[in-house]
Amino acid sequence: MPLIEFSDKGLYCRAGDFYIDPWKPVAKAIITHAHSDHAKWGSQQYLCHTKTLPILKLRLGEDINADAIEWNKPITQNGVKISLHPAGHIIGSSQIRIEKDGEVWVVSGDYKTEDDGISGQFEPVRCHTFITESTFGLPIYNWKSQENIFSDIQQWIMANQAKGKTSVLTAYSLGKAQRVLQCIAEITDNIYVHGAIWNTHVALTEAGMELPDVKRVTVDVPKENYKNAVIIAPPSADGTPWMKKFIPYSVGICSGWMQVRGNVRRRNADAGFALSDHADWNGLLEAVNATGAEKVFVTHGFQSAFSRYLTEKGIEAAEVKTEYGTEDDEKIPDTEEQPVKENDDTTT
Amino acid sequence: MREFAEMITALGTSTKTTEKLELLINYFATASNADKVWVIALFSGRRPRRIVASNFLRKWCREMTGIPEWLFDECYHTVGDLGETIALLLPESTEIKKDNYGLSWYINQLAVLEKKTEEEKKEFIIANWMQMNKNERFVFNKLLTGNFRIGVSQKMIVNALAKKTKLESSIIAHRISGNWNPAEISFAELLSNEGNVIDHSKPYPFYLAYAVDGVVEHLGEEKDWQAEWKWDGIRGQLIKRNDEIFVWSRGEELMTEKFPEYHSLLPQLPNGIVLDGEIIPSVEGKPLPFALLQTRIGRKNITKKNLQEVPVSFFAYDVLEYDGIDIRNQPLTDRRKLLEEIISATPHPALLLSSVIDFTNWDELKELRTHSRENGAEGMMLKRKSSAYQVGRKVGDWWKWKIDPLVIDAVMIYAQKGHGRRSNLYTDYTFAVKNGEKLVSFAKAYSGLTDKEFAQVDYFVKNNSLEKFGPVRTVKPELVFEIAFEGIAASNRHKSGVALRFPRINRWRQDKKVEDINTLDDLKKMLETYGK
Repeated sequence: MPLIEFSDKGLYCRAGDFYIDPWKPVAKAIITHAHSDHAKWGSQQYLCHTKTLPILKLRLGEDINADAIEWNKPITQNGVKISLHPAGHIIGSSQIRIEKDGEVWVVSGDYKTEDDGISGQFEPVRCHTFITESTFGLPIYNWKSQENIFSDIQQWIMANQAKGKTSVLTAYSLGKAQRVLQCIAEITDNIYVHGAIWNTHVALTEAGMELPDVKRVTVDVPKENYKNAVIIAPPSADGTPWMKKFIPYSVGICSGWMQVRGNVRRRNADAGFALSDHADWNGLLEAVNATGAEKVFVTHGFQSAFSRYLTEKGIEAAEVKTEYGTEDDEKIPDTEEQPVKENDDTTT
Repeated sequence: MREFAEMITALGTSTKTTEKLELLINYFATASNADKVWVIALFSGRRPRRIVASNFLRKWCREMTGIPEWLFDECYHTVGDLGETIALLLPESTEIKKDNYGLSWYINQLAVLEKKTEEEKKEFIIANWMQMNKNERFVFNKLLTGNFRIGVSQKMIVNALAKKTKLESSIIAHRISGNWNPAEISFAELLSNEGNVIDHSKPYPFYLAYAVDGVVEHLGEEKDWQAEWKWDGIRGQLIKRNDEIFVWSRGEELMTEKFPEYHSLLPQLPNGIVLDGEIIPSVEGKPLPFALLQTRIGRKNITKKNLQEVPVSFFAYDVLEYDGIDIRNQPLTDRRKLLEEIISATPHPALLLSSVIDFTNWDELKELRTHSRENGAEGMMLKRKSSAYQVGRKVGDWWKWKIDPLVIDAVMIYAQKGHGRRSNLYTDYTFAVKNGEKLVSFAKAYSGLTDKEFAQVDYFVKNNSLEKFGPVRTVKPELVFEIAFEGIAASNRHKSGVALRFPRINRWRQDKKVEDINTLDDLKKMLETYGK
């Protein structure tokens, strides 16, 4: 019996009787990170990293039954040893290591190998079986260093300011927004955020995380305050009437998909920055190799190509169908992301 | 090259015409004259000669990266552009080149390389790849693969040049059209009137019409308008100057050699004449389906048999130059009168007068329009009698008034990823109708859905396809679409036995199931009714 089974509700550990990132309500769910395709509503009990907890409560409700643990602090359940390890994807994101009778499996969740300064440095965990994502599992995806992309973003903002334009950066409200904020705060303190990002920001700062100051976009802010400012907005806000108040503005999209010209053009962006919270091709390969795993299961992304490549390189690999990667804006560049729930313009 | 590559990158992502224009103007302000000529050439569809087959580029890139062929192909299908795929896959440059040669330097180098061995070509190309940044590599690869469609229209280049040279854009459009070789012409020659070489072949920019928007009555009084049939052929200009005949298509392609019929007009037509009209296959003045024309234009050599089976005529509807004088500014009524005189003085089966439709009121014309297909037309053209022959697509004086397309409900059975802005999205589909229990493919289409709908279909394809690799995915036959098309003709080359003219997706029939789609018999009935 494998330690983890791929069931119609999610990844299931029968020995420990718990699920990892289930997409249907279950009794016990261990959550890798708080993005909506991995953290679904309705389970009776949740376990996650301490830094994930405030966001999980923000998204699933204060009344959920949730516990949190630190990285590298194992607990035991039904004789199965469970521990969390940094995944480097977003704040609190964790790989989940489970061990029984000397056999070790690791579920990566989503991850990136570069240290972004806020999500923790990805930790390679030795295991027998590794379940990896493959969002950017083609060799055309090779990221520039964060330092270089940040410098590109800063130059773009300064060029906009020179033209008297507001810079609107779109970034997923949890993770990317806080990451890009570090870069913006180095050159300006005139930063506004959309309500969805504001709520995440407040939840994180209240939980003790230090983030640069931002202001919330509301109807009360006079339009002239936005002149030369930087706005961070979720991708779903792009192209909506909400943006009108920033005219004249320029839109920059922060997403790994911006690596390919056609995607930048399709999104009708003025600028695309290939800044991703997922590992690039080499990152995925390095991560897989570092686990020393004999068997690799590949989930959401370019799973066919990545698993075939691993197999040809002598690592037994198979693809697995999951429901991950369908709601996170990083994964479907074009469909409408979940509607932004909080309306900033309370009068409209 | 760095400046050029930067401009291309900026143009590729710029969303506003004014911004693009500004980028071009800035580039023209600093680029060398030789570079300017090449930029004009590239953006007006002229390309340098290909010196190396793209298969070699793929091979060299794979050698340098150690990527297996199937993975390279997977990347290519995802990116949708070979030049860009290679630029993304190549390892980081060892050192960025310090010398910054211009665009024309590279093109000249490539021309020199044409006669060299494969090894020498490989050495030159790899050495350059390894000294370029990603954007330069992309542009360099575009030069190598000879395909420069990157979202800049010829119109934009014309406007940028007009700004720079302070000439009318219509004059620029005329001067950069026609037959010139960027390797042999200087910037001054190209844009000046006094060029040493007079190009007798040069066509005028075509005047294009917008579709009638809503109600035809809004155009005003009937008596101000001339109505003609709208033919489904190739829009073209027939030119005789200096005892030579030239035929240009609207896509600014010189097609003289494709239509030997027109050569026999040489003794009859006067010199210094330019006619605007439609290139259509026809027998005794009756137009034949467009599909027949396609059997001719696809060929390198036209045989006697082709000429007999698909004779091509020129249905003339305007005259732009007469006796060597540009008369585009005369009112249409005067040009039409002259045109009628010219045609009646030139009796020839390959040159016909596109008739004017008599009508006294809009209702009468609407009724006549319903007979378009019987007349071999796809609708009508409405032209203001007082109108000049303008440049490009302009609102106001000329309108196309097409009939509703034919439609059929079909199910999607194959999907392919698109190119350009459709990179990594399944947007190119093959459709089938029912034949008993079987599905028979009959058309491909890749336009007509919104970006949002494409994303939804893409998601369906990614989750419901049989193959995991390769460009074409066989999809579970489930999604039903209404396919619209302009015409239908018999064809032995298609499994269904029919070929459609301009098929596209009219709408997604989410209310229909695969059981509800049309049948092959329905298509054959349409062929009987409209295919003649």
